[in-house]
Amino acid sequence: MSRKELRVRKIKNGTVIDHISPGYALKVIKILEIDEKSNDIVSIAMNVPSSDGEKKDIVKVEDRELESNEVDKIALIAPNATINIIEDYEVKEKYDVELPRKVKDVIKCSNNNCISNTREPVAYQFEIKQKSPVRLKCIYCKNIMEGDLSDYLL
Amino acid sequence: MKFNDRDIVSINDFSKKEIKEILESAEDVEGEKKDILEGKVLANLFFEPSTRTRLSFETAMKQLGGKVISLSSTQASSISKGESLADTVRVIEGYSDSIVLRHPKEGAAKMASKFTDNPIINAGDGSNEHPTQTLTDLYTIWKEKKEITGLNIGVVGDLKYGRTVHSLLLPLADFDVNIYLISPLQLRIRKESMEQLKGEEKNGFVEEKTSVEEVIEELDVLYVTRIQKERFAESQEYEKVAGSYKIDMDLLKKAKDDIILMHPLPRVDEISPEVDNSSYARYFEQSANGVAIRKALLELILGEE
Repeated sequence: MSRKELRVRKIKNGTVIDHISPGYALKVIKILEIDEKSNDIVSIAMNVPSSDGEKKDIVKVEDRELESNEVDKIALIAPNATINIIEDYEVKEKYDVELPRKVKDVIKCSNNNCISNTREPVAYQFEIKQKSPVRLKCIYCKNIMEGDLSDYLL
Repeated sequence: MKFNDRDIVSINDFSKKEIKEILESAEDVEGEKKDILEGKVLANLFFEPSTRTRLSFETAMKQLGGKVISLSSTQASSISKGESLADTVRVIEGYSDSIVLRHPKEGAAKMASKFTDNPIINAGDGSNEHPTQTLTDLYTIWKEKKEITGLNIGVVGDLKYGRTVHSLLLPLADFDVNIYLISPLQLRIRKESMEQLKGEEKNGFVEEKTSVEEVIEELDVLYVTRIQKERFAESQEYEKVAGSYKIDMDLLKKAKDDIILMHPLPRVDEISPEVDNSSYARYFEQSANGVAIRKALLELILGEE
């Protein structure tokens, strides 16, 4: 068994989120709403060397597949992440997270004076101006959001 | 050209060709009194105080034979009972043919347009956009100079937070003017706005300056906006900065003879009153031009084919 496998053990069934920007694993955990009340079996590796010599974080969640809005949220904070769906210890499917052209109700606007931050019956909606590093534009107030977006995720 | 039932939410919704057509329509309807909107009702929904915009829409509608209903005091209405803007707009839709909306929240007009089939005209949404003011400014420049392309235009004041300035600069850049952005360092235009101004297919240049004196000799148009006191932590700092941007006759002596001076009003003391009667001042004409532009828009939106 290689050193890498020792660090984070293989899972039988579930999802491996790989190539998360270093330091963002705990934010991914938050997006997946994994907390003291959840029963998911989760492994986290942070700041591990990746094949390109850079650092990365990895999150493995057993017996769970991600919803598309969870993948969108991960793409917002870790645009280079990959999702591996594992069945019986094998990678059944592997794909890069990719933001759609628009996102709805996954992140709120950072402009406190935006109409979407009131009790009006509207969804938060953004156009994706750039995927990596992520750059979003609110369709209502045109506020541009970039940098660490984790505090604004819904 | 007709804009039947089209919302006027952002100046960016218009192509350069459409803007030119609106300016030409405004020239055609300026000063005219007609009854082409007889039987039509315009609803003025103002959730923030406004004098010029509200009254000029009212004048414009009346000069075209239409009627105006107004909501200007939110305390006396159902808004104070907690009604959402989305509901208010749907209710007012039943009483009117088009809604003029001013609201303190950015994006309010865009949101309102999703809740009604009646055309929404944005009369200012927070610090975001005020497209009819922008068209009025463009109309004033075009009317005075006969052409917009190629002019040297200086914009002075609060370029970071000023609503008027942001809405105006982008269409100006599309007309390939040369733009001098004149402001104190802490009120310089935001990076993303600057990137848009310098985008591809724009043939004019954009330069940032800290004093009007540096460029006054070059300018065909000087557009002055207010520097707000609340942007400064220290009032002494504000006094110093605001004082250095005051436009007076001494400064204008160095300018071209046919420079025009514009201001979206209200002004505080950024233009000396001695300038008002000079050949340079156009800010009161600019304000009056708002009626022609709003008439042109109302006719394009509500007029018959």
